[in-house]
Amino acid sequence: MYQDVIIAGFGGQGVMFIGNLLAYAAMEQGFNVTYMPVYGVEMRGGTANCTVVISDEEVGSPIIFYPKTLIVMNQPSLDKFQPRLVPEGILVVNSSIVDESKVEKEKFNAILIPANHIADNLGESRMANMVALGAWLAAIDEVKLETVEEVVRNQFKSKGEEIVNKNISALRRGYEFAMEKAS
Amino acid sequence: MTKVSEKQVFSMPKCLNDVPTHFCPGCHHGIIHRLVAEAIDAFQLEDKAICVGSVGCSVFIYNYIDVDSVEAPHGRAPAVATGVKRARPDAFVFAYQGDGDLAAIGLSEIIHCANRGEKVSIIFVNNSVYGMTGGQMAPTTLVGQKTTTTPYGRSPQNEGYPLKMAELIGSLEGCAFSARVAVNNIKNIIKAKKAIKKAFLAQLKNKGFGFVEFLSACPTNWHLTPLEANKRVETEMMAYFPLGIYKDIVE
Amino acid sequence: MSSKKLLVKGNEAVAIGAIDGGVECYFAYPITPQSDIPEYLSRELVKLGGTFLQAESEIASINMVLGAAAAGKRAMTSSSGPGISLKQEGISYIAGSELPAVIVNMMRGGPGLGGIQPSQGDYFQATRGGGHGDYRTMVLAPSTCQECYDLTIEAFDLAFKYRNPVMILGDAILGQMKEPIVRWKERSIDPNEAIKWCLTGKKGRKQRIIKSLRLEEGSMEALNEKLMKKYKDMEQDIKWEEFMVEDAEVVAVAFGSIGRIVKSTARKLRSKGYKVGVFRPITLFPFPYKQLREVAKKGKRFITIENNTGQMVEDVRLALCGICETEFFANMPGKVSTPEDFIEPIENMFK
Repeated sequence: MYQDVIIAGFGGQGVMFIGNLLAYAAMEQGFNVTYMPVYGVEMRGGTANCTVVISDEEVGSPIIFYPKTLIVMNQPSLDKFQPRLVPEGILVVNSSIVDESKVEKEKFNAILIPANHIADNLGESRMANMVALGAWLAAIDEVKLETVEEVVRNQFKSKGEEIVNKNISALRRGYEFAMEKAS
Repeated sequence: MTKVSEKQVFSMPKCLNDVPTHFCPGCHHGIIHRLVAEAIDAFQLEDKAICVGSVGCSVFIYNYIDVDSVEAPHGRAPAVATGVKRARPDAFVFAYQGDGDLAAIGLSEIIHCANRGEKVSIIFVNNSVYGMTGGQMAPTTLVGQKTTTTPYGRSPQNEGYPLKMAELIGSLEGCAFSARVAVNNIKNIIKAKKAIKKAFLAQLKNKGFGFVEFLSACPTNWHLTPLEANKRVETEMMAYFPLGIYKDIVE
Repeated sequence: MSSKKLLVKGNEAVAIGAIDGGVECYFAYPITPQSDIPEYLSRELVKLGGTFLQAESEIASINMVLGAAAAGKRAMTSSSGPGISLKQEGISYIAGSELPAVIVNMMRGGPGLGGIQPSQGDYFQATRGGGHGDYRTMVLAPSTCQECYDLTIEAFDLAFKYRNPVMILGDAILGQMKEPIVRWKERSIDPNEAIKWCLTGKKGRKQRIIKSLRLEEGSMEALNEKLMKKYKDMEQDIKWEEFMVEDAEVVAVAFGSIGRIVKSTARKLRSKGYKVGVFRPITLFPFPYKQLREVAKKGKRFITIENNTGQMVEDVRLALCGICETEFFANMPGKVSTPEDFIEPIENMFK
């Protein structure tokens, strides 16, 4: 088993955060995993991305040039990483702020999800990242939605039940959206 | 014949080794070594003292004072002393540094050590010249003083001014005791001895950093006889570096 | 101590390894990309009664290490390239005074101020002593977060075994990436570890002097002879890894994070039918000359890959001398390497 993903967006969109969650979940499922953050020169408003590699073998490179899957949260990330995605790779796109016409739908398994709008409707616009992660989880087999939910419960335990539940419903909405699209 | 009963009133300090000196005739290091040794004896620190030696004429201090010792790179004695004291808070830690070591290359280390209020004691010997390397300008060389690297005399336009360390250290919050003393006559030697004890007490009472600056003669590099050099300490050095206590919160 | 996995950065794995390895005194000055180490230890080491002190400079911090080491404690500092340069004076004195210390260098790009991007540019500095005089530090190069933990523990043991500074040589990739680690070592401190030589205050015994000044006739010679023997003895602790080397036609030699990235390249090339293996030195000093030579005797071809302009390749050439040559591929400092970067240079060796 081998899976990898590059998650990219603006600083502040929480791309590092969902990368971490995913790495935790993969670890909980007993996989070998690496998480590699790459920060832009700018702290906020700049671009940020991270790479997560999951395998049942020893992980070699924590850095991937041609990813198998991609989560893009903003336009510059699509421009930068789409050309590097492997053919038929999974491409989760935050269509709320990314120009859909630029997505090469015929080349990839694209999931266009209005993550910002879905998060807004849940009353928490900052959770667009969780919505996108949920959609990604629907498209891959290795890491289970339930494991990520469990990690969310542990990570946000100190912040109270409300925050935990909001994050979990954002994840689920993303997951369900992708499932509906696929069916 | 009457029997004369003798009472010894003067002897070598217990922790001072009976070895030939390597210092030049008229150098004050020997007297200062002795005063440090007397203070170690007075507080019975021989078994818990750790000495930090530095680079310069005083590098061989561990051959004279019979306590555990570690040698620091040039100027770094206060950092090494910090490491020793933090590792062994129960030890009595002191360093012995010259003017090039402490006030030039090691200025950062001494200021920060004092400012942190490290519970260590520093003996600083200021003879206004680099002794071991052959008489070059020191950060404490007086204006106009000729050295091998200020052949026309130290000029403030080119080299700036001599640093007054006792005042500078005394101005820092972490410092518990700072004084400038001399050993050019008996009266000053007695005062100097008291100052060392006070600096040691600052550590022993856990009050903070203790610092004693000694004005010292260097006849060899001043090109003076021992007597002339001794006199210069009073006439020229004290005029710019006044003796006195600049900080004392020990009691 | 649970066998539960922790997901941590390489820097944090070093800090946790230091804690479990029994570090008692840590002194350092902040510099990117290793500041997670002082940040972690400032939080955790003090809880365990250890000493954490942010020094006024790199120079002060290494000399505080010297002082604490002279007092017999497990002492450590960490930094990155420019800071390690400043520490070299102290490292030379620590080696000259035969004191144990652990120094971590999470390399960044240079020369000069360079930047915080990945680089392996400090290989020469680390393996050739780095400061003035004739000395060496033992150098351990982890390539995973687990190794960051394991080798930091081992570094303390080796430093005390040989009474010599030991350097952990990591880089920006390793320091920032996260990976699960298992903590297997319970922190324990042996207060008598250094009792035969350290400074405690005399306490009735004879005076001890720890110094590096050697003026007496013959004493500098004697020290250097002793050090040379010590470096020879260190060869018994050489570590290296062979990855799919057995049937390989081409062996890539790489260390640290590049060592693991090249493994991915080797897997990719194997899937295309090219028999590629990886030889990864873990101790960089002493270098596994004999071990690499044994591999060369089996008739392999070699390519050395580094994230610098060619440093370890000189050691590889020494190892292979008289048997074969090595190709060299330079991934420039500042460039984040990916497995794809190494496909073409290795593939070319099959043409």
